[in-house]
Amino acid sequence: MATTEAYRITERRRVTMTGAEATAEAMRQIHPDVVAAYPITPQTDIVMRFARFVADGVVQTEFVPVESEHSALSAVVGASAAGARAMTATSGPGFALMHEILYVAAGYRLPIVMPVANRALSGPINIHGDHSDTMGSRDAGWIHLYAENAQEAYDDLIQAVRIAEHPEVRVPVLVGQDGFIITHGMEIVEVLTDDEVRAFVGEYRPERYLLDVDHPMTVGALALQNSYFEVKRQLAEAVRRSARIIADVGEEFGRLTGRYYGLTEPYRMEDAELVIVAIGSTAGTAKDVIDELRGRGVKAGLVKVRVFRPFPARNLRDLLGRARAVAVLDRADSYAGLGGPLFAETKAALYGLPQAPVMTGYVYGLGGRDITPEMIAAVYDDLGQLAERARADHAAVAAEAALSVRYLGVRER
Amino acid sequence: MPTLKELARRPNPLTGGHSACAGCGFPQAVRLVLMSIEEPVVVAGATGCMEVTTTTYPNTAWTVPFIHNAFENAAATISGVEAAYRALRRQGKIDREIRFVAFGGDGGTYDIGLQSLSGAVERGHRFLYVCYDNQAYMNTGIQRSSATPYGASTTTSPAGEAVPGKLQRRKDLTAILAAHGIPYVAQSTIAHWQDLTRKVRRAMEVDGPAFINVLAPCRLGWGTDPAMTVRMAELAAETCAWPLFEVDHGQWHVTYVPKQKLPVEEYLRPQERFRHVFQDKSGQLLAAIQRDVDEQWEALLAKAGQAVDGKAASRA
Repeated sequence: MATTEAYRITERRRVTMTGAEATAEAMRQIHPDVVAAYPITPQTDIVMRFARFVADGVVQTEFVPVESEHSALSAVVGASAAGARAMTATSGPGFALMHEILYVAAGYRLPIVMPVANRALSGPINIHGDHSDTMGSRDAGWIHLYAENAQEAYDDLIQAVRIAEHPEVRVPVLVGQDGFIITHGMEIVEVLTDDEVRAFVGEYRPERYLLDVDHPMTVGALALQNSYFEVKRQLAEAVRRSARIIADVGEEFGRLTGRYYGLTEPYRMEDAELVIVAIGSTAGTAKDVIDELRGRGVKAGLVKVRVFRPFPARNLRDLLGRARAVAVLDRADSYAGLGGPLFAETKAALYGLPQAPVMTGYVYGLGGRDITPEMIAAVYDDLGQLAERARADHAAVAAEAALSVRYLGVRER
Repeated sequence: MPTLKELARRPNPLTGGHSACAGCGFPQAVRLVLMSIEEPVVVAGATGCMEVTTTTYPNTAWTVPFIHNAFENAAATISGVEAAYRALRRQGKIDREIRFVAFGGDGGTYDIGLQSLSGAVERGHRFLYVCYDNQAYMNTGIQRSSATPYGASTTTSPAGEAVPGKLQRRKDLTAILAAHGIPYVAQSTIAHWQDLTRKVRRAMEVDGPAFINVLAPCRLGWGTDPAMTVRMAELAAETCAWPLFEVDHGQWHVTYVPKQKLPVEEYLRPQERFRHVFQDKSGQLLAAIQRDVDEQWEALLAKAGQAVDGKAASRA
């Protein structure tokens, strides 16, 4: 078929595309058996592109255009349990509507892969990017990967299939990308060939599945006090175990593409004294700021958290243990908790280190508010002052900073 | 049509040893439905009595593949299973006919699951959805649902001095499903095994979604003797409180017309949930229920083009 040929990629290409486009392209190349989805801004661009692939006969995927995100994930749970490689995609309120079924998918250990265009949650309604959606379900038992840019959104999705389906993991994986900033921002993306992607993800061969009618099984039995706890404990173990698999898959992907992935990505951390920890597209902005600060002799560094579940506590201890001051940037608030989710967990990870750095938290970018290089430079300034003050009385300054959360780029009056 | 003996010889999809109450209606519904299907079948179930009493880990009463997802999404879940079947069949990974059935109680179907059911049938998945309707949220302590009939006392529509039980009519879910214009919609009971099995077989023949609403009395919620469950379902049909009918490609047929339509009192009197109806000396509540049943029965006959005097022959 002519149209099918037009879509096929037989040589690696560098193409200008948005994160949504790159994600849809990855989905085409992964070629899942079933995709069920409901449109929601800014994810819509992913599913409508995928629907076009279906309409043009480019993929043989069974596309189920459901009536809600709740049903999208419900259908994907059914399809995955039935023995299919199944995917959906969502964003913000749609992800929130899936909340109940996120736990079902994880509890049933179904290797579902789901791109999420990260978006703010109502009210008031806002369609732009922040991390309130996925952070709100951080304890549902899914593996969380977050992309920095369109290239990573593409690369992460392909790796997610291998991670989710690994026999020692079998946990659903979501791949977050900042709504609009990544989903709708144009970038140059290196796209692998169809054959390379197909070979990398391999064929899905479930051990047990509902459509194997000669070997009937009951999926989703009632688990009472005598068994529920064990199911959830085993899930926790699987997510913990996935850290090694994620690193292995990232290494293998690196050998194929030259782009290596780990749980965290340190940037100019060799001798860094002032460090920002961040997730997503903001990490890219921070890298530019760091390069400039380094030119002025500031020992600035960055730790990008790519994997939020399993939480890379050991990596963070290793990377941040030698820093003097650390700022953790959260694109989600926990409203008078002990800082945003990334700040709270990073602090927890470093607890008990004899030489823990002074740490402080910032909430920024809610509802898609811009974060500028100037704001990030200001954070490094703050860190410099914090480190100076800590010279005099480390314990007192560290204790105060650990409880302080500042709002970056918000009108304070 | 197989005889009852032949049906009974089929492999039992739902073994004994489940923990449903003695005299519970849903096991008959499940067995009659699944034993009527010759092809291998995959079943989805909504949260409810059926799921709780048949799948308490590490046991399962299901000898066919079964999936429970949540309360409100049995239809969405089975549509995913059916989509997987289509995809894998097209790839040659599965080469046999498999059928798909979802079961939900009235709470999971009339109420919280209605969106998921409506969406799934609109999309045209080939599956049968069976609602085992016992007219309230029985598993959680007998709360009203939108399937609870007018005048019934439940724990959230209790009959008291000021309010005589549920004040609203039951939602006509079967008509709502018929309005989707899907190939096959029907209503039956656990007592009418020939009617029900014939309807299930018809549902399996049509290429698309099918829906059957099966009255499955709950001896606990209705306050009836466990030995009376099947009789209660019979009385529901004899009084026309629960008419048997089908909508086959848009054509309405009443599939059972009682030779002599009994007064609704005969159906209500054995049920504790209607006890207050008979304590009302004015008789107004009973009269209102009778009027409601009559109106709906006549409206149904009119839709089916059958005579209002009830003399038209039964199609079954």
